[in-house]
Amino acid sequence: MSFKSPLEGIDEKFEMIQILNEDGEMVNEDAMPDLSDDDLVELMRRMVYTRVLDQRSIALNRQGRLGFYAPTAGQEASQLGSHFALEKEDFLLPAYRDVPQLIWHGLPLYQAFLFSRGHFHGNQMPEDLNAVSPQIIIGAQITQAAGVALGLKRRGKKNVAITYTGDGGASQGDFYEGMNFAGAYQAPAIFVVQNNQFAISVPVEKQSAAKTIAQKAAAVGVPGYLVDGMDVLAVYQVTKEARERAINGEGPTLIETMTYRYGPHTMAGDDPTRYRTDDMDDEWEKKDPLVRFRKYLEGKDLWSEDKENEVIEKAKEEIKAAIKKADGQDKQKVTDLISIMHDKLPYNLEEQMEEYKEKESK
Amino acid sequence: MAQMTMIQAITDALRTELKNDENVLVFGEDVGQNGGVFRATEGLQEEFGEERVFDTPLAESGIIGMSVGLSTQGFRAVPEIQFFGFVYEAMDAVSGQAARMRYRSGGRWHAPITIRSPFGGGVHTPELHADSLEGLMAQQPGLKVVIPSNPHDAKGLLISAIRDNDPVIFLEHMKLYRSFREEVPEEEYTEEIGKAKVKREGKDITLIAYGAMVHSALKAAEELEKEDIDAEVIDLRTVSPIDIETIVESVKKTNRAVVVQEAQRQAGIAASVVSEIQERAILHLEAPVLRVAAPDTVYPFSQAEEVWLPNYEDIVEKAKQSINF
Repeated sequence: MSFKSPLEGIDEKFEMIQILNEDGEMVNEDAMPDLSDDDLVELMRRMVYTRVLDQRSIALNRQGRLGFYAPTAGQEASQLGSHFALEKEDFLLPAYRDVPQLIWHGLPLYQAFLFSRGHFHGNQMPEDLNAVSPQIIIGAQITQAAGVALGLKRRGKKNVAITYTGDGGASQGDFYEGMNFAGAYQAPAIFVVQNNQFAISVPVEKQSAAKTIAQKAAAVGVPGYLVDGMDVLAVYQVTKEARERAINGEGPTLIETMTYRYGPHTMAGDDPTRYRTDDMDDEWEKKDPLVRFRKYLEGKDLWSEDKENEVIEKAKEEIKAAIKKADGQDKQKVTDLISIMHDKLPYNLEEQMEEYKEKESK
Repeated sequence: MAQMTMIQAITDALRTELKNDENVLVFGEDVGQNGGVFRATEGLQEEFGEERVFDTPLAESGIIGMSVGLSTQGFRAVPEIQFFGFVYEAMDAVSGQAARMRYRSGGRWHAPITIRSPFGGGVHTPELHADSLEGLMAQQPGLKVVIPSNPHDAKGLLISAIRDNDPVIFLEHMKLYRSFREEVPEEEYTEEIGKAKVKREGKDITLIAYGAMVHSALKAAEELEKEDIDAEVIDLRTVSPIDIETIVESVKKTNRAVVVQEAQRQAGIAASVVSEIQERAILHLEAPVLRVAAPDTVYPFSQAEEVWLPNYEDIVEKAKQSINF
């Protein structure tokens, strides 16, 4: 005889959650989030604003006016829907593509530009912003999120730690370690994997034999949800429920959002035509989170072309002002860097501080 | 005062800081119920509860990553890496994350983490349990690396490390855990991180060592005395940053130095000490500054350890080579 495979039937357990379909039609009325009309409009405003920010950032990067930049278009529903479910005091641990969540969590735009340029002031989260700067090492933020969450639990706070990574991040050891730690301590953490189908160029099917990333949570006893990452309402609602469970002491959640990045991996020379086809791009663009939500809101008379243009113009103005402010920032010095390495400078850095003060005074 | 072994002094320091500061958390593999594989945390979970002293899943990267996260909530994490050879599993969490917390946040966050870990050869441990990896840590900006050589310093330095607002790697040589007892004050006290200690005064040559090698250097000094060579012995106690002032002052007096480390010779702490000496005191030197170190191979677990590990005879030989230069 042969034993029945434990994987049999697993696919049905991880079916994709959707509330609005590609045409902006409500397909899951029961799951509709409890959001006011103002909230719905705000969600759309943020997505449009973020799309403009992405277009402007790419243009600024091409002009040599930004440094490191990872395009975000296509992922707005995943990024902003999940973020919209948070409270201000919740702690955010983003990956490098997750600058939009930081901005909507309270990072001033000019600092986001400074982050892109590698200026340390871009990493200095304002005092009322509970976040660390975007992580570069894939997955390192996930074990840290478990620690933040355990800390929140020990302090008796009704807040969560939320962290983001991509489909590639779900291959890292730290992904399992972080989820396993949070599960073992029933810590209030939310792990969001934005599955944009490619880890730079390697497709998700080549990363793992697992059909979904969501099911990876089951191995550590944590619930994992697969959600349509182009559907802002579905992403919002799944995150909202995860947050409620977390603050009620029911432990962490993994959320996999099925999404797509329209642009390259980063602006540092990645060419997606080497690993993606036009057909694939077209297919995903039909699922666009903005198109879908716009249709839905227009149907409810909550959105119009005028409104959208207003948001676009406002975004352009604010981006222009922020870039100007970033340009006005003093250049980072080696002495600045030395001064932030330690609480108290050791002798070697004290000596080097003198040396570089001298160099930089010339 | 009480007679304590180094392991008892370490437990005493942990107990002192768990009592002093409710933000101190002690955790790691087998650290809770079992009291640690060397019993460094013996009785602490019972005394302070599972919320303060606890077991973790078996994953070093997770342990240090979690410590970084806890820092943001105002905790002072004191994680244990069960044997320092296992730190390779956590290199990003240590060097890529904890050490860079101030830089990565422009000073908004810091990581007051003390990573305690047994290391060192001569106790017949399996592979990757004995390696001296302090050089790797010392090369990482943002970390301090402390290595006590005796119970008294272990307690005072560990208390300082836990109170330090930046990450400290605190390495405990396994051979010293129970090899001798000495008087250790029962009350709290600190020893300054970054300060070396002159363990024996002498005028002819300076022997610079840390960890278990301090005892080999002291034994070498006794041997040298029989031949009328009066050696000064310095215990570095902190290998990053190095107390260059104390070293240079001594070398200016003795005009000769031998730097001793248990680690492999290449790119180590001793190399760093030698270059600092020659940059700062070359005109005081009567001979090249020499090194005693292990060969540049991986650590040979249980076989050939006695020959591989530097010993007092090697130090005596190098000291004479310097004197006779």
